[in-house]
Amino acid sequence: MSDSITITIDGKEIEARPEQTILEAADAAGVYIPRLCSHPDLKPIGSCRVCVVLCDGRPQAACVKPVMDGMVIENETPAILQHRKNIIDMMFVEGNHFCMFCEKSGSCELQALAYRFGITAPQYPFQFPEKEIDASHPDVMLDHNRCVMCARCVRASQELDGKNVFQSIGRGFERKIGVNGERALGDTEMEATDRAAELCPVGCVVKKRVGFATPIGRRDYDAAPIGSNIEGERS
Amino acid sequence: MSKPRIATTSLAGCFGCHMSLLDIDERILELIDLVDFDRSPVDDIKHISQRCAIGLVEGGCCNEENVNVLREFRANCDTLIAFGDCATMGGIPALRNNIPLEECVDEAYRAGVTVHNPEKIVPDDPEIPLLLDKVYPCHEVVKIDCFLPGCPPSADTLWTALTALLSGKPIELPYELLKYD
Repeated sequence: MSDSITITIDGKEIEARPEQTILEAADAAGVYIPRLCSHPDLKPIGSCRVCVVLCDGRPQAACVKPVMDGMVIENETPAILQHRKNIIDMMFVEGNHFCMFCEKSGSCELQALAYRFGITAPQYPFQFPEKEIDASHPDVMLDHNRCVMCARCVRASQELDGKNVFQSIGRGFERKIGVNGERALGDTEMEATDRAAELCPVGCVVKKRVGFATPIGRRDYDAAPIGSNIEGERS
Repeated sequence: MSKPRIATTSLAGCFGCHMSLLDIDERILELIDLVDFDRSPVDDIKHISQRCAIGLVEGGCCNEENVNVLREFRANCDTLIAFGDCATMGGIPALRNNIPLEECVDEAYRAGVTVHNPEKIVPDDPEIPLLLDKVYPCHEVVKIDCFLPGCPPSADTLWTALTALLSGKPIELPYELLKYD
């Protein structure tokens, strides 16, 4: 490739194209950078900060930062791993994540990241916040207890479904996903076939009547850690 | 040389984690070659009789008795392990944590649809431990040395952790054995 450039991730030189983000270039080279809000079908927004790497010594979200020739990236230093663990820890204590009865368990990206990082218990005090469940829609449930504010549903509805079902509302700890409907999700244009109903990384936006269909042992992250598919493509 | 002692207890849990401990099957014979059991629901000893190498705590703290037992374990165990999601994260009992205690008691003893309690009596015998305002995971009450999540942690998880501890090695759980469900 004539327009290819070279970047270094953890000492390994990889080829990249100028229009790629660090995350895309790393994925293509079989280097896994953990991420939560980023999804290949959606425009990146850099909100979860799990994919933060040191880029020429400065912290940058790999999902939004474009590559530049000669860029030196640090992905798996002890400090960055600790930073990622802290973020995942905070997400667990700021919501109500009851894995034992959650239908997303085993295929949940938040849980899978915690497994990958070897988190056995959060280090921060649990908040047990009061959150709502919106079961008004006949086919899709919205459980705010499990939301991590990745805004994948917001972006999927706008970018992929051509609708505008979800929006982030409020600020800080009060921030939550709102719906564009008279009262609740059941009053929106939401349909079970929407991409917004399938891209939630956790068990917040889930389709009804399909939970627990996959037996334990065959769920996405039962056998191999999240990111293994990307690392498996390493040449 | 005397064998190391192990104590176990179930606080605000369902005994499922202890069932998982029994699920190590015939390896329990190996385990009793390695350790002596002190206070435990397995042998029904009511209080820790002497210093223990390992304390295994199932369940979080939902009442004052749980706190007292947990403190007894902390005071008498070299390595204190919180095992199971209730002990490490609060678990199912912690579902009450964003409902005011009075509402919980009301639902259980007065207003619940299956409750028959014409005099609206809420049990208040001094023998009954007082409920805490919330259910707390063990590490929010005392220092915990080791966490084994899972609902319940699998028998292999418990076996791997216990044999590592007893042979003085760090606990390294393989990927398949670290689960929250």
